[in-house]
Amino acid sequence: MSALAAIIWRDVRLAFRAGGGALQAVAFFALVVVLFSLAVGPDIALMRKIAGPVLWTAALLATLISLDQIWRADREDGSLDIIVETSDALPLTAAAKAAAHWFSTGLPLIIATPILGVILNLPASAYVPVLMSLAIGTPGLSLIGAFASALAVSLPRANLLISIIVAPLYAPILIFGAGASIAGAAGAAQYAPNLMLLGAATLFAALFSPIASAAALRSNLD
Amino acid sequence: MVEPPFSLSARDLRASRGGRDIFEGVSFVLAPGEAILLRGANGAGKTTLLRAVAGLLRPAGGAVEFCRDTEEPTENAAIYCGVQNGLKAALSVRENLDFWVSLYGAEKKAANDAINRFELRGFIDRRAGALSTGQARRAGLARLVIAQCPVWLVDEPVAAMDRDGVARFIQLVVDHLGCGGSAIIASHDALDIPGARTMTMSAKAAAP
Repeated sequence: MSALAAIIWRDVRLAFRAGGGALQAVAFFALVVVLFSLAVGPDIALMRKIAGPVLWTAALLATLISLDQIWRADREDGSLDIIVETSDALPLTAAAKAAAHWFSTGLPLIIATPILGVILNLPASAYVPVLMSLAIGTPGLSLIGAFASALAVSLPRANLLISIIVAPLYAPILIFGAGASIAGAAGAAQYAPNLMLLGAATLFAALFSPIASAAALRSNLD
Repeated sequence: MVEPPFSLSARDLRASRGGRDIFEGVSFVLAPGEAILLRGANGAGKTTLLRAVAGLLRPAGGAVEFCRDTEEPTENAAIYCGVQNGLKAALSVRENLDFWVSLYGAEKKAANDAINRFELRGFIDRRAGALSTGQARRAGLARLVIAQCPVWLVDEPVAAMDRDGVARFIQLVVDHLGCGGSAIIASHDALDIPGARTMTMSAKAAAP
């Protein structure tokens, strides 16, 4: 197995073992959605309207709480040294870590979405747009999150700092993602442009995040 | 077993952490087959020096070079084993070893060599988080055998090890040196490695 594949495989296995982050993110996602549906109450028409944006916001929050472990777990047990030492190109390694985070957080969230859509009374026409926009947008969330996590790798309890760093970077993804899911459900013409802008945001993250993560890690090693 | 001999030289190395100089003017040459035992009080900069040589810490001054015979300086050929073992607590020892085999691009049988050299068979399928301190140290040092790097940089290898484990580790280092490898070992324990020279680091007086 190549080193990058080994890193992805190891992180995914760790995430799905006892105490891993995969279940935690999905549970948090479900919790936010259920609480939201309880708070809105029996107004089905309102619920149909906001179901897409609520799913997007909940998915983003669930991603957020999983970020601080991306690099810090490796730093705390010493495996970050090993990963950096053996890395041929640190940006590629950072991209692999972000990919592992997506497989263990983003993908489970997407899989859980159809079930939670039922709870939120998501219109039938909205399932494909919501899933499509999540599939395009969540890799961007993982990439940006890996960068913020690398910046804060040497700080204890960095969740607040990471949230503040990623909030403005996550904003375009949330706006275009929720926008695409609303437009898609209504059959509006803005569906395709929203998806394309969402894709552009993820591609931009794919370009800058690995390089920035590598630089952040280098300056944080001491 | 090991790649062709590398020699390592450090010239006028200086390192600082948190704005305070840890050491300066450290120079040495480590030829193939040589070992340096690094000694010094707590805070003298042993770990910092090892990390700087390993390339995990940017030195504030000076340079570290790896040379293969007379050729141009080559890439870093060192493996650093710090005080942390780098084991993932939720994975079994074998899974950790297999991960390192992939990471270092080693052959599959390297893991078996490591298991034999460090007597890991008794707890190979146990979760790394359930190992004793000494067992975890042995599993962590197994990386040295897997990576097959010519230069070993080891920080406090035997602090938690039983006498048997220490003897085994020393034998491993001796074999490594015999194959043309070299090592820098920071330790407070008396390690009886034939031919090893001792380098003592003294704590730099705190800046006024």
